[in-house]
Amino acid sequence: MNFDFSDDAKALGEQARRLFADKAGTAPARRAMAADAPDHDAALWAEVVALGWTAARVPEAHGGLGLTPEESAQLAEAAGHYLAHVPLVSTLLATEALIIAGSEAQQAKYLPGIADGSLRAVVAVNEPGAPSPTSLKTRADGGALTGVKAPIADLAGAGLAIVAAAGPDGPSLWLVETAAATVEAVETLDLVRRHGRLTLDGTPAEPLGDAAAYQAWLDRAAVILAYEAIGTGHAAMDMTVAYAKTRVAFGQTIGRYQGVKHKLADMYIKLELARAHALHGLAMMDAGGAELTQSASAARVASLDALAFCAEEAVQLHGGIGYTWESDCQFYYRRNRALVGTIGARGWWADRLVRALEQRNRAAA
Amino acid sequence: MDFNDSPAEAEYRAKVRSWLDANAADYREPHEDWDLKTFIAHSKAWQAKKYEAGYTGITWPVPVGGQGLSPMHSIIYSQEEGRFHTPSGLYSIGLGMCIPTVFTHGSPEVTARYVPKALRGEEVWCQLFSEPAAGSDLAGIRTKAVRDGDDWIIDGQKVWTSFAHASDYGIVVTRTDPSVPKHKGLTMFIVDMKAPGMEVRGIKQMSGDSGFNEVFFTGVRVPDAWRLGAVGDGWKVALTTLMHERLAVGGKPRSAPGYEQLMSLARLTEAPNGAPAIEAGDVRQRIAQTYINDQGIKLTQMRALSALSKGQVPGPEQSIAKVVVAKTMQDLASFALDLAGGDGLLAGNDADPELAKLQSSYIGAAGLRIAGGTDEILRNIIAERVLGLPGDLRPDKDKPFNAAA
Repeated sequence: MNFDFSDDAKALGEQARRLFADKAGTAPARRAMAADAPDHDAALWAEVVALGWTAARVPEAHGGLGLTPEESAQLAEAAGHYLAHVPLVSTLLATEALIIAGSEAQQAKYLPGIADGSLRAVVAVNEPGAPSPTSLKTRADGGALTGVKAPIADLAGAGLAIVAAAGPDGPSLWLVETAAATVEAVETLDLVRRHGRLTLDGTPAEPLGDAAAYQAWLDRAAVILAYEAIGTGHAAMDMTVAYAKTRVAFGQTIGRYQGVKHKLADMYIKLELARAHALHGLAMMDAGGAELTQSASAARVASLDALAFCAEEAVQLHGGIGYTWESDCQFYYRRNRALVGTIGARGWWADRLVRALEQRNRAAA
Repeated sequence: MDFNDSPAEAEYRAKVRSWLDANAADYREPHEDWDLKTFIAHSKAWQAKKYEAGYTGITWPVPVGGQGLSPMHSIIYSQEEGRFHTPSGLYSIGLGMCIPTVFTHGSPEVTARYVPKALRGEEVWCQLFSEPAAGSDLAGIRTKAVRDGDDWIIDGQKVWTSFAHASDYGIVVTRTDPSVPKHKGLTMFIVDMKAPGMEVRGIKQMSGDSGFNEVFFTGVRVPDAWRLGAVGDGWKVALTTLMHERLAVGGKPRSAPGYEQLMSLARLTEAPNGAPAIEAGDVRQRIAQTYINDQGIKLTQMRALSALSKGQVPGPEQSIAKVVVAKTMQDLASFALDLAGGDGLLAGNDADPELAKLQSSYIGAAGLRIAGGTDEILRNIIAERVLGLPGDLRPDKDKPFNAAA
């Protein structure tokens, strides 16, 4: 049995954690909150591209390194942990869509640019008034899309948007070159990661795979995002553990009190459950396994539960100082909302999990 | 990633499987009607069969009668035997915890006398640790042993002793020096469960079953040769036993309902609006949560198995297992019985058999949350050993035991 990351993937994760520990983290995140701060840290992004991380998952035929989803997961977790102010996870999600749904021509057109950093791509699922990734109002009419997508992470500066829109056979993905659409900034609760609004008004678009490909991509995106959420939740836990070891109240460090340490143990428990499901999801992605929807949905729900708990209790256990603007707790508290609001919230994915279990039961019956 | 055996593991599994197919045929169906006597007889016969075939003490050193194989071999054997309804439980404490303590800390003579008979299943062992005033705080035990020539005389009371009534021998932790701090004045002995002065009384649990006992010691003599470890080293010796306990306790009891049972119940039950309960949002959320917890622990154990399979030490993530399993079992049973309304209350001959299983799971879970480390102690362990938080304040830790409040 080999239910673990490959040594290569672990080594890449280690490299990513080293870079982000040095160049990302809460201090750069705080600088990124300023109203006049750039959309992302361009110098760090240049390093990320130079290290080949945007090329990691791109097939060698298209100028990439041809690595596996395990490498994407390691990168997403490291970026999440250090709140890296670069559009890395967006790029990983867009790359995954092109890999599983793109025609040879579509891959040849876009993947080399993503790999070498000359093209930035994002995914655009959210839209106003659509609570789930399948109840979409954006519509395709021939080769054109009309609708509003927001809030979309890392939209500013992206040349390519992979847009989810309703179609005759159900929702599916479309390729939109953003130069032909309207891009504006929107405000979100996440003050570090920039989000935008993409307005499509008969904008030229090309289908990227069919409705089934969209469903498969959602599962794969859920696994990658689970690793980002686990990274962010883990950082909130680490920060709170460190504080509980030094903060003194009633004559002893607060980490001695069971009211404190049991919450920290619960953070660990929730994160480890999420890791187990996320790893299962990755194993299914690697192998094209039949249990992908089931494992990805569980990973999504468990990781969001873990992140919400870690982010909320981090503020609580820090006490008053945790509620100040100066505290780093707010980064995790706010990022939690951004990750919940990316490809459908907890409730939709919990329902998707039960549907997958029902389908498996029917198949077995 | 893959979930397959290595070639060597596959070979061992095939060997085990063919042996079990040939020898465990009588245990294909559950035997719910066994009384204690029959259960013990079947357990002994089965253990002897396994011993002859080399499937006992799989990870133990060869010199003490073990097979000298890896934890993976032991796990593979358990997985394969788990496909049958072989008698289980009688030896899990003796062979899982007591005997490894005996051959780790006992003299060569003691090891030679007791280990082979225990392994063959001829003699049954129990573990005499907890006391009425010392459960989670095990080092606070009061049962005392006083030196008398070549013997020790033991007086006191133990509690929660599984299979004491069926055991021939036990290992007992005693206080031999109350004038030093509590962890330092303990000593471990082997004790003959049939010796004069031993009295075993069953404890009737909340469930109505009697799986545990109280054991009373009144002037019980044990020879000094039966001492395990040095005088005053009993805590260190007990930690050996408890380390083996951590390996033994973990997963959900095989009989306990899981998310599949919740799903089938929810399909057959009407929600207040007349639709099947499984269509209700809150029911689906609970099914998802149960799946995440139950399956999450199974997957976490597979992460540990992968490490073992590669010859590595598993990470600390396994420490979450029991605390998640026990509470999930309670929550699931409670929610499922809620769904059934008044039918969830009918018991015994008046109960629906599926609901009866949930009732017994609901009652059993309350015990599982305490046995082998309470939820609270397990959270302390995660916080202190995994996250590195400081220990609780222990005002009695460094005081002489007989001077602590």
